Amino acid sequence: MDILINWFLDLSNSKSLGLVIFFITFVAIIAYVYLGKERSERLESYKNIPFVDDDQHTPKAPHQKSGE
Amino acid sequence: MAHSTVGSLEQYNYDIVKKFTIMAIFWGIAGMTTGVYIASELAWPFLNFDTAQITFGRLRPLHTSGVIFGFGGNALFATSYYVVQRTSQARLWGGSLWPNITFYGWNIAIALAGMGYLMGITQGREYAEPEWYIDILIAIVWLIYFVIYTMTLLRRNQPHIYVANWFFMSFILATALLHIFNNLAVPLSFTDTKSYSLFSGAQDAMTQWWYGHNAVGFFLTAAFLGMMYYFVPKQAGRPVYSYRLSVVHFWALSFMYMWVGTHHLHWTAIPDWTSSLAAVFSILLLMPSWGGMINGIMTLSGAWDKLRTDPIMMFMITSLSFYGMSTFEGPMMALKSVNALSHYTDWTVGHVHSGALGWVAMISIASFYHMIPRLWNTTMHSVKLIYTHFFLATIGILLYITALWVSGIGQGLMLRAFDDYGNLKYSFIETVVFMHGPLVARAVGGLFFVTGMLIMAYNVYKTISNAKNNPRIPTNSATAA
Repeated sequence: MDILINWFLDLSNSKSLGLVIFFITFVAIIAYVYLGKERSERLESYKNIPFVDDDQHTPKAPHQKSGE
Repeated sequence: MAHSTVGSLEQYNYDIVKKFTIMAIFWGIAGMTTGVYIASELAWPFLNFDTAQITFGRLRPLHTSGVIFGFGGNALFATSYYVVQRTSQARLWGGSLWPNITFYGWNIAIALAGMGYLMGITQGREYAEPEWYIDILIAIVWLIYFVIYTMTLLRRNQPHIYVANWFFMSFILATALLHIFNNLAVPLSFTDTKSYSLFSGAQDAMTQWWYGHNAVGFFLTAAFLGMMYYFVPKQAGRPVYSYRLSVVHFWALSFMYMWVGTHHLHWTAIPDWTSSLAAVFSILLLMPSWGGMINGIMTLSGAWDKLRTDPIMMFMITSLSFYGMSTFEGPMMALKSVNALSHYTDWTVGHVHSGALGWVAMISIASFYHMIPRLWNTTMHSVKLIYTHFFLATIGILLYITALWVSGIGQGLMLRAFDDYGNLKYSFIETVVFMHGPLVARAVGGLFFVTGMLIMAYNVYKTISNAKNNPRIPTNSATAA
């Protein structure tokens, strides 16, 4: 156990440690984005945001929040 | 689920977007004309006219600052302020005062820096030439920009922050980090323009290229991807191909870019592992870059006919093609063995311009053609002139990069050639003689591109004039084609 703790505390290992942390985080992001049907559908629905603000639509008061 | 909240045009601050747009076109023409002049100096050295202020060494940073920070920077301010308002359906934070401070602060900084270069005032750090007093001004402007952008996002009328804003935010944050650390310096005195960097030797070089390549990564790539993720779907009239891919694109790019700067220092006095690490991450970068390119191009899936009828779409898809090409060429040149041939040759310059003109300038130009009619509530003066601009720009870029492939690869091969006795086969001057033809072709290519920009300026001028003379054109006709 001491060996493991010392390895983490050794600054010269920070590059390897950083790489492992970043890699795990990145894999977690991929899993979050692509796993789960409902989440996938919700994420894909956001692609329409640029189109809910077309010029010809009727105006609405600024800063007004609306439900989903 | 995206909201269906809709805001009126009046609720947005378009005045600041208009100002930045016009200044972007001004700096684009000024910076690119300077580029053509210094390209001509390399082909015909008499153009120096023995005048220090217009030698290549002084005009070159004027060109790079003019196009990167003048044209690119103003284009990013304009489009980011436009996109954050339109996708948040909220007015820009800060009234008219704070956005105007970013406008005047940014453009005064560029003008002061440019005048300084002509007088020989420079830090000598590539793409970070301005001295300490301008660096402080830029840092203040950038902090205000960050606050404006963040506060606007906080007052959004959407539950979700659209992905284009993620790219813009990463650009703002990363640029602040890069600018501050790379410019850590001690001025000689508070009344002296000269300062000295806190870093020295190999550390200085590594800091500089950590800055230099991440300026490419976050200023010239991430931010323009933000532009792409809004304007390509809008112009195509269909949502981005895959929103999930855009999320992965964002995080992968953010993770990987920070590691690659040292590939600018292959075969120099830096630790070998940093060089190898940079090469590995450069290769890995190919995946998110091409993922993003495919996401952009496939947005047009099912509407490919627009490529025949819409010159703005032609600009966009061509820019994405150049993005794909230069993000393939870059990792290849980051390989140590390829870099041994390409480094210190014109190949590097050609590569930079395939990204800068092909990707950055073309996506900016396309975004302007999309945005300007909407800002001034009118239609573009001439669609034919947009076509003309597109073909001039494309021919110019192709001429430019092919000329520098010939020049650079030829130069690299000549510099490493040995005769049967182990002596260098060619003298330096023989490589210069060989390069003369391609350098002339490069200057002509640049001239094509500047001519296109002048046509754009005329078209935009007439568009704005028409809008002022006929101010009651209906909003829903605000398209270019």
